[in-house]
Amino acid sequence: MSGAVLLRGGTLLQPAEDRSFRGDVLIADGAVAAIHTGEAGALDARAKDAGAEVIDCTGLAVAPGFIDVHVHLREPGQTHKETIATGTRAAAAGGFTTVVAMPNTSPVTDSVEWLEFVMSPKRQAAVRVLAMPAVTVGSMGERLTDMAALHAAGAVGFTDDGKPVLQDEVMREALRTAGRLGVPVSQHAEDTRMTVGASMNAGPVSFRLGLRGMPVEAESSIVERDIRLLEEIERADKVRPHLHVQHVSTAKALEAIRQAKRRGLHVTCEVAPHHIALTDEAIAGDAAQRSVRYDTRFKMNPPLRSAEDRDACIAAVLDGTVDVLATDHAPHAAWEKGVEFERAPNGIVGLETALGVALRVLHREHGMAQGKVLALMTSAPAKVLGRDDLGALGVGLSADVVVFDAGASYAYDVTATASRSRNTPFDGAAMVGRVRYTVSQGRVVFRAS
Amino acid sequence: MIDGGREQVSGGGTQAGSLLSIADLSLEQVSAVLQQGDALAAEAHRERVARLDGRKVALLFYESSTRTRTSFELAAKSLGAMTTLVSDKSSSIEKGESLHDTGVTLRALGAECIILRSNFSGAPEVLARSTGLPVLNAGDGMHEHPSQALLDLRTMLEWFGTEPTGLSADTLRGKVVVITGDIRHSRVARSNARLLPRLGARVILCGPVELLPEEALSLAPGLEVERDFERALRQADVAMMLRVQRERLAGLELDVNSYVRDYQLHGRRLAEFGPGALVMHPGPMVRGLEITSDVADGAQSRIERQVTHGLQVRMALLCRALGCGESAGEVRA
Ligand SMILES: [Zn+2]
Repeated sequence: MSGAVLLRGGTLLQPAEDRSFRGDVLIADGAVAAIHTGEAGALDARAKDAGAEVIDCTGLAVAPGFIDVHVHLREPGQTHKETIATGTRAAAAGGFTTVVAMPNTSPVTDSVEWLEFVMSPKRQAAVRVLAMPAVTVGSMGERLTDMAALHAAGAVGFTDDGKPVLQDEVMREALRTAGRLGVPVSQHAEDTRMTVGASMNAGPVSFRLGLRGMPVEAESSIVERDIRLLEEIERADKVRPHLHVQHVSTAKALEAIRQAKRRGLHVTCEVAPHHIALTDEAIAGDAAQRSVRYDTRFKMNPPLRSAEDRDACIAAVLDGTVDVLATDHAPHAAWEKGVEFERAPNGIVGLETALGVALRVLHREHGMAQGKVLALMTSAPAKVLGRDDLGALGVGLSADVVVFDAGASYAYDVTATASRSRNTPFDGAAMVGRVRYTVSQGRVVFRAS
Repeated sequence: MIDGGREQVSGGGTQAGSLLSIADLSLEQVSAVLQQGDALAAEAHRERVARLDGRKVALLFYESSTRTRTSFELAAKSLGAMTTLVSDKSSSIEKGESLHDTGVTLRALGAECIILRSNFSGAPEVLARSTGLPVLNAGDGMHEHPSQALLDLRTMLEWFGTEPTGLSADTLRGKVVVITGDIRHSRVARSNARLLPRLGARVILCGPVELLPEEALSLAPGLEVERDFERALRQADVAMMLRVQRERLAGLELDVNSYVRDYQLHGRRLAEFGPGALVMHPGPMVRGLEITSDVADGAQSRIERQVTHGLQVRMALLCRALGCGESAGEVRA
């Protein structure tokens, strides 16, 4: 690998240590070759020798590339929505250098063959693609996949995302097995028996709109059940399983996770940017704001919740109950979303708005230190994945770097997206922080125009 | 909400003349529709049929409804419009074709206005955005049935001897409307609960908690919930009864007998607790369940007048949607 790059004169951020300092980063052969802190210029000579492209980072932040533990790349099977190539280009545009692909593809990624298909260089991914294959065959919730073989082939965890593992026995066995392999079971916490026919959060807004609602207990009851299983397994089986709860959206589930962490169980969780930014009121529209009723760009699962739940999500991020931000990037074609609300598929794209929403809501509106916000997108997800080689800027580590303008305020414009789909609730929304360059494994994979 | 998107924005961009939710109409517009309905009803047949002569109106009914469909269809024909019915039973709705595509096809075939009935809440919004045509909501899921609220209002005004002119926040001041039944699933209740308080009426929602959750109070400011039907009825100037479906009661593990015991409007109950109340029902009635025949056909009932008013209100809505001349009352509010 060649193509050396010098990131010159930026503010280097090391989120795990919550530090920042002026400095230069020299990248060569896909790795970070040198980091110099202090006045810019100390690496100029070496960069010249290496024939490096010099990127002026004056006034810009230079941080480890972001890691998203929850994205849908739609390949195999649904390439009209997204492909691994387009999805990872959107990732690069959002500053992500590692994404974890969910297995609810068509067919479901539940075999070594399909896992290898997803991770193959032939897919022309712009950034690193890791994968969590299905925990049960076909994500049917009945029979476990060959977890050992999948792990050997590169699985960084297991999930039936989009669906919960409902049966206690199946979930118990999944946690036990994944625990022995040292990877998490990532759970889509939804008791689907309580959400039949429902298309949004249950409450006053769903009543007003005449839509069936999903009660918060549909989420919390599964989280509580899974925590009970963790405790039992730790006691009985001498393994310490790792439960990762996906896209938590309710105060109730967050409280259960908070308590479980206090009791020392290995539970981690993620919150999606939209759940800290929006509430179910958005679906009711607002004539004054020129937003429409039943706008399917606000339909996702778990659904946008009440203001109380949104506030609880923010509080849980601030107090450390939430480990990571994850986008749940879920592309759908316009014609698929352009139907009646109840018929529309769940999900929104999120890779290109994650930083802008996170910095606006958490940093600007709630005073969370910028480094702490970035940790939720870098070092923390690396830790959830058990990958201490990712999520940090360090000599010898893979050169996965994002360069962004931390102070930039702007309105997001979806027409510039790299994704194949445009189903975002954030078109026109206020963002803070704009990605300027993304370097993945030493290659500049995104430059802001 | 700072995050309203741009792409699909209609907010006011919905075609003028559409009626998707009763909340979209100002009281002035409500007044205009009711007055024009009266005027059209009084007009000679020859003049009326000239109003929408040759105009094309499509009725898109994904959910069967003899009453509402016939009412809209006759309203359109009374004004001389050509109508085409596309129903879930006809082959015209291709299996699996989207509402968007069906709407665009109807537009291409010359439809100038679409009347939509759907079991999906919010479907009219999709159709209005897809076609840019005026869309009249003839009932969407559990959401709204705005023309029903208008005809209900016309019927109430007639009962109270009030003209539909100059409606204001005082028009129904002091009047109590009790809406009783399956409010959870009722689009009629939602439209009425949104409209009547704006005219000053006190609206009391009545029913068991399974059919009337507390969230109903969020439909409009000032609503009240009363679980005791007789206590509610005692205050009522209007007793609006809603249809109750047996299957729904079963699904909620609610006993039909206990519902009938607690919430049925029957002769003895009406005589004792609401001797002067106007009795209304949007139909279809389940006689012997939520209402008994002696009440439905009794002196206080105006259920038939509701149907008559339905026809004239819908004529007015079609005039408003398509523009049909200035002489019969004010055309566009
Ligand atoms: Zn999920």
